[in-house]
Amino acid sequence: MAHRRTPLHILIPSLVVALCMLLPLVYLFLRAVQADSATVVELVFRARNIELLVNTLSLTAGVLVLTTFMALPLAWIVTRTRIRFRRLITVLGVVPLAVPGYVMAYALLGLGGHYGILTRTFGWEVPQIQGYWGATIALSLYTFPYLFLNLRAALLSLDGNLEESARSLGYSENQIFTRVILVQLMPSLMAGWLVIGLYVLGDFGAVALMRYEAFSYAIFTQYAGAFDRIYAAWLSLMLLAIALLFVMSESLVLKRRRLASVGRGQARQPHPRSLGRLRPLAWAHLTLVFTTSIGLPVLILGYWLLMSPPDLRFFLEVPATFARSAAAAIPAGILAAGFALPVAYYAVRYPSRFSTVVERSAYVGYSIPPLTLALALVFFALHTAPALYQTLTLLILGWTLATLALALGPIRSTLMQTRPNLEEAAHSLGHGPITTFTQVVFPRLRRSLFASFALVFLFCMKELPITFLLAPTGYTTLAVTVFTRTSEGMMAEAAPFAAAIVLFSGISVGLVLNREGDR
Amino acid sequence: MLEESSISMLSNSSNSTAAASDHSATKADPLMRVTNLSKRFRRSEERAVDDVSFSLAPGEILALLGPSGCGKTTTLRMLAGFEQPDAGKIELHEKDITHWAPQKRNIGIVFQDYALFPHMSLVGNVAFAMRHIPRSQRERKALEWLDLVGLKPLAYRLPDELSGGQQQRVALVRTLAAEPELVLLDEPFSNLDAALRESTRKEMRELFKRTGTSVILVTHDQGEAMTMADTIGVMRDGRLLQIGAPQAVYREPADAFVAEFLGHTNLLEGQASGMSAETPIGTVNLTSPARGPVTLSLRPEDLALVRCECEDSAEVIDREFRGHDYFYVLQRGDHRYCAIIPNHDPLEVGSRVRLHTHKQASVLPKRDRKPN
Repeated sequence: MAHRRTPLHILIPSLVVALCMLLPLVYLFLRAVQADSATVVELVFRARNIELLVNTLSLTAGVLVLTTFMALPLAWIVTRTRIRFRRLITVLGVVPLAVPGYVMAYALLGLGGHYGILTRTFGWEVPQIQGYWGATIALSLYTFPYLFLNLRAALLSLDGNLEESARSLGYSENQIFTRVILVQLMPSLMAGWLVIGLYVLGDFGAVALMRYEAFSYAIFTQYAGAFDRIYAAWLSLMLLAIALLFVMSESLVLKRRRLASVGRGQARQPHPRSLGRLRPLAWAHLTLVFTTSIGLPVLILGYWLLMSPPDLRFFLEVPATFARSAAAAIPAGILAAGFALPVAYYAVRYPSRFSTVVERSAYVGYSIPPLTLALALVFFALHTAPALYQTLTLLILGWTLATLALALGPIRSTLMQTRPNLEEAAHSLGHGPITTFTQVVFPRLRRSLFASFALVFLFCMKELPITFLLAPTGYTTLAVTVFTRTSEGMMAEAAPFAAAIVLFSGISVGLVLNREGDR
Repeated sequence: MLEESSISMLSNSSNSTAAASDHSATKADPLMRVTNLSKRFRRSEERAVDDVSFSLAPGEILALLGPSGCGKTTTLRMLAGFEQPDAGKIELHEKDITHWAPQKRNIGIVFQDYALFPHMSLVGNVAFAMRHIPRSQRERKALEWLDLVGLKPLAYRLPDELSGGQQQRVALVRTLAAEPELVLLDEPFSNLDAALRESTRKEMRELFKRTGTSVILVTHDQGEAMTMADTIGVMRDGRLLQIGAPQAVYREPADAFVAEFLGHTNLLEGQASGMSAETPIGTVNLTSPARGPVTLSLRPEDLALVRCECEDSAEVIDREFRGHDYFYVLQRGDHRYCAIIPNHDPLEVGSRVRLHTHKQASVLPKRDRKPN
């Protein structure tokens, strides 16, 4: 297959995708270097940048430490012990993904402080959680499931024989954990850290609500408030550089390790063990993790919706806002799935160095910080098609670029499972590319195309930073409403919208769980 | 079951089965002619297919035989149009089809794993092949095809509800339903269990012969190649080493590799003078005249064993009872020999025998001796 020429109906859309991914970045770069050199030097070497860098990195480090402390014991408990309700605990470990970072921040902010529900119901006046700790906790509570899923998968695939041979060599359980298990878990730990680290870099909602001066928050205030676009462009480039550094350091660290199983022995699942003395500790951990990550948002939303609901008209606003979110999310979902199809087909069926590059480029939009992407699109639009600026089209385009990687997943894996034989068989029976696609390829892909659409749609329904920068003025989506009301302290008025988002994200988590379960 | 054929293909060219007596590349009116076909996957690698030429008469069954990685499947995929050759020509009915798209060639292929469309019923799979037949008639024709291989009762099942043997029969009739000029089979029996293999082989050959279908099949199993094919082409390292009738290739292998690949053989070094040669087991008659040092191939069934305690006797070092015969491994000096003796009063391991033969040994062309 590798040596046939790629048909144009596959090649051209793939190239368009690669171009769409890279072109805005070029414009961002151009805009940044447009300034005269003195300005550039002044912008780049501002003391404030160092401060932002330190803030951003310490936020990332804090979130990584906290999520590891949450996810690692949790993954170990559900894979290695005979604790009761293991399936339920596993599902609960993923549910927090339904509460986006800014909704977590909303819940945390609503807890303490003078107007917090602790004061209102019990009269306990505790300080409001905000700033560094607020951002760290909010982001950790939202993102730890990514690490949990990675670690769980890794623990399930670890060869139990390794542990048992260490045990037979006389090592203690603690030594086995640190010297055998942890070492083997490193790749998945790093992979989870990378996902979370990139998310933290790109997050805007939680950081802004907590008023913590990280890069993304600074970019936003710079762009929205000060309208200093060149500085915003430089900050975005710096943020992009940090993200790149994260990605490269992960592959650097992993390259130097050899963890592949040696020998032809059969890997075996270790037997789950009884918890023994650790039982109370394990339950305490589970209680703490789940009350904070699930209990807290449910409690706060429940309070504002049921105990002290806002005026009815706020509830009545929800359908129209929902419709606005959906009106942009549906075309984005269709576009993303539609473009993912040729890209995935190109990469899977015509593997070459070039097709790999094209496929990788599809991940650019997903892995670069969303504010950087949005800003790049703003510059791109202002430069090439000013008519696009402040239109729904640009928002849809932004969402499509950001989610193409999500859409690739299901299509790609189905294509990989479908042997090229089927298409060859159709060709040898005299069918050309069109009937082969409609009658052989498409029927197999129908479900994955829908899954891709759904993943993108649900992602967009809760997306905040890109919406904030690209949506036309006045086009308030669910996410934007939650954000603006929370930042103005209108907790009750934000509640119905936050609840709608949690409900919708719940569906997408269900989808993810379903796909995980299929494996 | 073939008699009730309203299927045009079956009545088509059934009198052209007496083909395949002449195996040179100069067949009078070949169906397919392949000339100097070459293919390399990466520039740095050896050629996967190296200068392969052969031709196929209408109705002929050709088996390309060789170990895995010898280039036989790549050759097949080039004939089908899934791979493009770097050099060489493929002609079908004297038309150059080397660069035609697969769907234009009218060459059918049955894949090793059958490649049935999992989302279509059996009828759907077969009807999918009938682009030349009006839509309204496809289902009826497809059912006829399925009936031909005894699968009509399962016609509306999905492929994954079928056994391997049934799937294969569906794949075969699906290919035939497209009424191709030529059918390619990629390791057709490798996914069947041993019990099914032999009967399927026989049924398939009968079907092809009765319908006059021209076939090229690819296999690594010499037994399969010899029972199925009119002509065998032995491949190694991308090259077609020898092509000819199974008997000829077996009796007179072109080199030691072909000799050994087609079954056990004894390679004897000898000194030839005309139609005979002096070898470690005595004077042996040759199939063709030769002079000087030669390597001979002598099949184990051509070797006779006589109990003898004499000084140049060989020792029986292993014996395998195979039902209809015994398979012996013998050692004399540094040399090992193998012999197949039909059921007889068996020789014990350790007993001594004298080796001799009344049959003719074939002379292998001189190997290029590697300098070492």
